[in-house]
Amino acid sequence: MDLTLKVWRQNGPNDKGRIETYPVSGVSPDMSFLEMMDMLNDQIIRDGGDPVAFDHDCREGICGMCSMFINGEAHGPNRGVTTCQLHMRSFKDGDTITIEPWRASAFPVVKDLAVDRSAFDRVIQAGGYISVNTSGETLDANAIPVPKAQADEAFNAATCIGCGACVATCKNASAMLFVSAKVSQFALLPQGQPERASRVQRMVDQMDKEGFGNCTNTGACAVECPKGIDLSNIARMNRDFLSASASEE
Amino acid sequence: MSNTGILKSSLAKKYVMALTGLFLCLFLAGHLAGNLQLLLKTGEAGQQAFNEYAEFMTTFPLVKLLSYLTYASVLFHVIDGIVLSMQNRKARPVGYVKENGAANAKWSSRNMGILGTIILVFLVSHMQTFWYKMHFGAMPMHNGLKDLHTVVVEFFSPDNSIGLIAVVGYVLAQAALAFHLSHGFQSGFQSLGFRHAKYTPVIEKAGMTFALLVPALFAAIPVFLYITQL
Amino acid sequence: MFESKIPSGPLAEKWTSHKNHINLVNPANKRLIDVIVVGTGLAGSSAAASLAEMGYNVKAFCFQDSPRRAHSIAAQGGINAAKNYQNDGDSVYRLFYDTIKGGDYRSREANVHRLAEVSTSIIDQCVAQGVPFAREYGGLLDNRSFGGVQVSRTFYAKGQTGQQLLLGAYSALSRQISKGKVEMFTRHEMMDVVIVDGKCRGIIARNLITGELERHAAHAVVLASGGYGNVFFLSTNAMGSNVSAAWKAHKKGAYMANPCFTQIHPTCIPVSGEHQSKLTLMSESLRNDGRIWVPAKKEDAEAIRKGTMRANDIPEEDRDYYLERRYPAFGNLVPRDVASRAAKERCDAGFGVNETGEAVFLDYASAIQRYGKTEANIRGLRNPSEAEITKLGKEVVKAKYGNLFDMYKQIAADDPYETPMKIYPAVHYTMGGLWVDYNLMTSVPGLYAAGEANFSDHGANRLGASALMQGLADGYFVLPYTIGDYLASDIRTGAISADTPEFEAAEKGVQDRIDHLINNNGSKPVDDFHRRLGRIMWNECGMSRSEAGLKKAIADIRALRDEFYSDVRVPGTADQFNPELDKAGRVADLLELGELMCKDALERNESCGGHFREEYQTPEGEALRDDEQFAFVSAWEYTGDPSEANLHKEDLKFENIELKQRSYK
Repeated sequence: MDLTLKVWRQNGPNDKGRIETYPVSGVSPDMSFLEMMDMLNDQIIRDGGDPVAFDHDCREGICGMCSMFINGEAHGPNRGVTTCQLHMRSFKDGDTITIEPWRASAFPVVKDLAVDRSAFDRVIQAGGYISVNTSGETLDANAIPVPKAQADEAFNAATCIGCGACVATCKNASAMLFVSAKVSQFALLPQGQPERASRVQRMVDQMDKEGFGNCTNTGACAVECPKGIDLSNIARMNRDFLSASASEE
Repeated sequence: MSNTGILKSSLAKKYVMALTGLFLCLFLAGHLAGNLQLLLKTGEAGQQAFNEYAEFMTTFPLVKLLSYLTYASVLFHVIDGIVLSMQNRKARPVGYVKENGAANAKWSSRNMGILGTIILVFLVSHMQTFWYKMHFGAMPMHNGLKDLHTVVVEFFSPDNSIGLIAVVGYVLAQAALAFHLSHGFQSGFQSLGFRHAKYTPVIEKAGMTFALLVPALFAAIPVFLYITQL
Repeated sequence: MFESKIPSGPLAEKWTSHKNHINLVNPANKRLIDVIVVGTGLAGSSAAASLAEMGYNVKAFCFQDSPRRAHSIAAQGGINAAKNYQNDGDSVYRLFYDTIKGGDYRSREANVHRLAEVSTSIIDQCVAQGVPFAREYGGLLDNRSFGGVQVSRTFYAKGQTGQQLLLGAYSALSRQISKGKVEMFTRHEMMDVVIVDGKCRGIIARNLITGELERHAAHAVVLASGGYGNVFFLSTNAMGSNVSAAWKAHKKGAYMANPCFTQIHPTCIPVSGEHQSKLTLMSESLRNDGRIWVPAKKEDAEAIRKGTMRANDIPEEDRDYYLERRYPAFGNLVPRDVASRAAKERCDAGFGVNETGEAVFLDYASAIQRYGKTEANIRGLRNPSEAEITKLGKEVVKAKYGNLFDMYKQIAADDPYETPMKIYPAVHYTMGGLWVDYNLMTSVPGLYAAGEANFSDHGANRLGASALMQGLADGYFVLPYTIGDYLASDIRTGAISADTPEFEAAEKGVQDRIDHLINNNGSKPVDDFHRRLGRIMWNECGMSRSEAGLKKAIADIRALRDEFYSDVRVPGTADQFNPELDKAGRVADLLELGELMCKDALERNESCGGHFREEYQTPEGEALRDDEQFAFVSAWEYTGDPSEANLHKEDLKFENIELKQRSYK
């Protein structure tokens, strides 16, 4: 297949940035999107140019590093996949593909398509954990039974890969889906109860400090989430924050 | 986190949005119930009933209290909405070159601010036309009551030079309200944390019904008044 | 410093007695001691969190943009622990025994027993942290079975166990970061270790965004930088996984142990073309229920390759379930090395089932039927129809392996619920790594290695679901205690200065290497060389190895390395975000490591575990060990050239297990 790529190029957070157009030819439908980008970079390097910087690592859809806004959608047109799992068979010969970085003031551009998502780490550091020491001298694992349905729901929330597609997709660049997934995971488990109220308050507080936008409940985040994290998590966080704030002394 | 911090929180702003919005839905229902008298009863009886209703609405203490709540709700809903929109704009200073919003969210949910602005503009002109006149303006009298009925009927009349524009404007504003409600109703519940596998679909259906029915009935009144006076 | 320091006493008491007798650092003194941890996977995150929690000042480094992205995240199947929750006779001893046997008797008894002992604490710890393991309806933890064992001891979270465990460790790490006990450096790569007076006292790190070189001093350094499977270019490792941290340590005096012991995982999605950048694993847990086969008739295999026949067209009697045929006792659940070699054997014999002839079928049809029938019984359906059973069966399979099936569908564009998956072995894990003693200290005092970066527990072949166990055991329960034994002598040292000639020299060395790469002005991108290195390694040092092939590989790698240094093109500058430059540095190290791996494979004139020398096999084609001559750990000392490395042998003593030929028949 022959394609035309319109790629966002930006030298650093302070550069204005621009779209540049690159033709690529001989793309195989079996290639992953990132392999197509490898091909583009190979071509650029051999021509003596500056390759397109983009984040990627595991290339099997779990590390959450890849982050491209493709043709107006986070991780491209397919549902339930990250950019690395998007294959070129989803495009056709002659297509023009626009590729941009995640855009949010909380995610400043590092270079080209790579952005800085450390805001997510700081949200987790604010309370996305259970305060238990790592001594191993805790209860026997089976001393804490968890109903299967609840455990499964906690697991579903915990599958968030922290890629930031929710923020990228949200018209307000809100991080509610990400934050609520972590809040939910612990809110659903008995182990998470002691810190349930303070956790949600601290994490929401940090989320606000990072400059993410507000939730308009458009639901776009859940549609684009490669791991299918759903809106019930956001509702749970809304609920928990409300009750935590109401019962605060 | 301090208590003042909570008020500054993005979630608190959403609670305010949801609570005021849902309260305004109640107001809409009440307002519509009154307006429907313009449709249900015609002639002298209708005029009398509507004017009595208007008198009751502007004088009865409990209603007065509710009306202040309504003013406050509108105010907070609008200010909160503006603050949220400004924050949202700041959260993404550089927009996408290509953005396919339709792929993952309904149009109404993506345009609540614009829809709200249309509704606000309508509200201002609506209140100027009827509310201001009723409270502070010179009103014709009928059987010792301020004759709001006549004011309304004459406003949406072919004889009024801007009557047609008023009807069209009213209908368009109701369309904006319909879209606003179609997202806002269920969104309010979500913001407050009401979500349940069994009940959320019910809320969503109720919201859609409300969003279609209420503005449609509102819009029917000026259309009816205009047509019947042709 | 080449003593294994295995404690004396009976096997089962060694660890406890060791913990009771090693030196401790009191809490007040821990605050005066700095520790650097490189890598934030399971081993690194858990070590950094635990050390900080104990009171040490920790600096943690990762090259990714967040510690949560380390490649442990991609581990799918599960984590072993001798809990015996299923009441199938499991015990610490059995886990120990299975691991030693699975590793083909090339690991240390004492280390492996300790691993089995602490395995149960890992599960307790993770559950307390909120790791959402799979549960049964009663609310208790569920288990599945894995290759090479006959009990169900694997804890799992769907096909995302590594992710859940890493997020658990990451949350513990985040908690310490928020307390200020861990200073986290993301997008930083370790470029060298610094040795002062014979002790490791810090590292040179490079900020990958600005390109700046930084000096970080500490009383001890822990390398938890993962394995080196990317020497094969195509592997299940992440694109950024590399050997550089370990290799730099090796060049500064740390011995590299058993570098040729690589694990080729039997169930990966086959290579689809030249453009391929990495391979994707399909969890071993799929072998629990899936049946592996190839056509029994060559003409059928040819027809499938040509596309004139489909898998479902081949009748039952014309299928060769070769694992069940060759290894009736373990069937599809033989260890990975055995399963991989068996697949290669069938494909080499002409029975492969994709265009290139390098794939076998992994079939879920009978599992779907089996589960469907059980589910129909549970639901009380009488005389369910074929279609009903299939539908129910698919639901069960979806619940168990849904994400893996989705992944397969995405990559291979084929529906595994309807037709068998095509799979082929691929490089997955490296059992070899930095040599460490019982305390996990390398041959350089003060330099430790944990997780896949060390060599310690898996011998010549790792059992499934044991990598996660080892990473967390090292990080949570072993290293935080054993490091105290060394640091106890450092409580009066005071802060280590980075302003010394040693740091300066190390930094200059790094700068010179970077300058060379960036100013080279060659003609070929880094990947070009990496691909070619991978091809040499896969052909000559992959699933089977021979003397002639290895010798040729060494010569080829040396030539390739020379070409790399004269013709590689690294675009951009060194003072900006430049992923190509990062990659160039890593590939330069892999080009040296590859040679040492071949040398190690050449020296080891036997077959064991993942190391299969064609010259040494039984008449049935099984690995032929030579315990008389090769029951030792090869620990290589760098002397300036990988081929000239010095071999040190650590003899392996088996006092509790009788050495015998591994049999899974």
